[in-house]
Amino acid sequence: MRNLKAIYFKEMKSYFNSPMAYIFLVIFAVITGYFFTRTFFLFNQSDMRSLFNIIPLVYLFFIPAITMSLIAREKNIGTMEVMSTLPLRDLDFVVGKFLAALSLVLAGLLISLVHFITLTQVGTNIDYGAVFTGYLGLAFAGAVYSAVGIFASSLTDNQVVAFIIGIFIVLIFFLMDKMLMFVPVSLTGIIQYLSVDYHLSNISRGVIDSRNLIYFASVVGLFLFMTVRMLEIRRWK
Amino acid sequence: MIKVENLSKSYGDIKAVKSINFELNDGEIVGFLGANGAGKSTTLKVMTGYLTPTSGNVYVNELDIQTNTLEIQKQIGYLPELNPLYPEMRVYDLLEFTGNIRNITGKAFKNSLARVIEQCGLKGVIHRMISECSKGYKQRIGLACAMIHDPKILILDEPVTGLDPNQIVEIRNLIKDLGTEKLVLMSSHILQEIQATVNRIIIIHKGEIVADGTNEELMSGFMGNTKLTLEIKNAEDSTVKALTEKIPSISLVDTTTKNGSQILHLEYPKEKDPREELFQYAIDSNWVVIEMTPHSVNLESIFRTLTMEDKANA
Repeated sequence: MRNLKAIYFKEMKSYFNSPMAYIFLVIFAVITGYFFTRTFFLFNQSDMRSLFNIIPLVYLFFIPAITMSLIAREKNIGTMEVMSTLPLRDLDFVVGKFLAALSLVLAGLLISLVHFITLTQVGTNIDYGAVFTGYLGLAFAGAVYSAVGIFASSLTDNQVVAFIIGIFIVLIFFLMDKMLMFVPVSLTGIIQYLSVDYHLSNISRGVIDSRNLIYFASVVGLFLFMTVRMLEIRRWK
Repeated sequence: MIKVENLSKSYGDIKAVKSINFELNDGEIVGFLGANGAGKSTTLKVMTGYLTPTSGNVYVNELDIQTNTLEIQKQIGYLPELNPLYPEMRVYDLLEFTGNIRNITGKAFKNSLARVIEQCGLKGVIHRMISECSKGYKQRIGLACAMIHDPKILILDEPVTGLDPNQIVEIRNLIKDLGTEKLVLMSSHILQEIQATVNRIIIIHKGEIVADGTNEELMSGFMGNTKLTLEIKNAEDSTVKALTEKIPSISLVDTTTKNGSQILHLEYPKEKDPREELFQYAIDSNWVVIEMTPHSVNLESIFRTLTMEDKANA
């Protein structure tokens, strides 16, 4: 736990000591702000659906971008050797970095709460439950994509390659339930269940179902597990 | 105490280390010497738990590296080759982070920090970004990270590469100081460096250990015959030929001529020094002696012989 914390704070410092975190947060705020306000005053509806629809799309590019460096860079500049020879378990190393990336994503979501404040000021009949579960779903989806991103980062020592692999895997999860019409009927159930968007829209509707929670937890767990395994494999090379 | 037992490590088809054995005891400063690509770094990487051995094992105080990796890593301070550091971190932050991982916090960290700042001379740079530090400072920062937990065992992979002569002397003295109470294993491909710092040398060549002993042991083991160059003038061929009969311990390896003088390349067993007899013989034969130089065998030539042998055989 102590080591996990040390890794977490090291990564947070590294995000905020470089332009990375600021660029991410500012652009995230600008993009989400644009898409939210563009339709908000036109449709005259007291909800944040337009925001919740755009954020998963923003995730597609932003999360692989903030996770690409996590492990690939350590390998590239050689600090992986220092990390691997400290009394530090691979699991703490991976989870600490994962939590740092997730924190940055959550910070982005936190900034977008400014739109929620707008909503409370001008809106009527606000469905607070839906807003809450909407954010919860986005947080979970952010966790899944962060786990995917860190896994992609563990596959290579090149950050650009990690970014591209990350986008590719995230895109698969994103598109799965949009491709249902192309797959045999017998498979649609499975594919739909594997899709992040399916669970996200379930939660955003205001229903917190344990099936959705189990899905998010197991995908995050799987990718973190595979990342740890990738680190172990390196020792044997 | 470290015991390396039948250690082998292959990268795919390439056998970097081939079943090597050695033991290191506390309070020793050991130099790991070899040409580039001889398998030094690979051995150190296995010893520190960065790589898993293909076969064989490493024991540190009876613990084996494959099952007790974390326990062993707690006892070791390691400075990797090329000394990788995070350029965007401040020196203090890096040391604090390393201390955290090593479970040194609060007051204990303050004390450790003061100690490594003193030992490694980091006073002026402690709040600087690592990217702004010079190469010499970076090397010392790496060393400070390796020593923050005051380890019993220090493993340093090429600790003085890229330093200027003054810094080299500083680091060398530091290592010598540390070696009085710790086990220090340092690798280098620079012979003079190893020779000046350590009291035991292990020479590795193409993944195998070709020599292991103190400076003196290595020298005496390889001395065999001492070489002597004798430059003379006015020497009649017959007297030169008669030399080896007169002084049987000498053998004549080669004769060359240069600027009208003859140069004799002689050899003799190190325990029988024939120089006095030789001098007397030169007077008796009316030679004009221009130069007489015995060539003591040095570590460099031993290193050369050891690491060149293969080429000769091939």
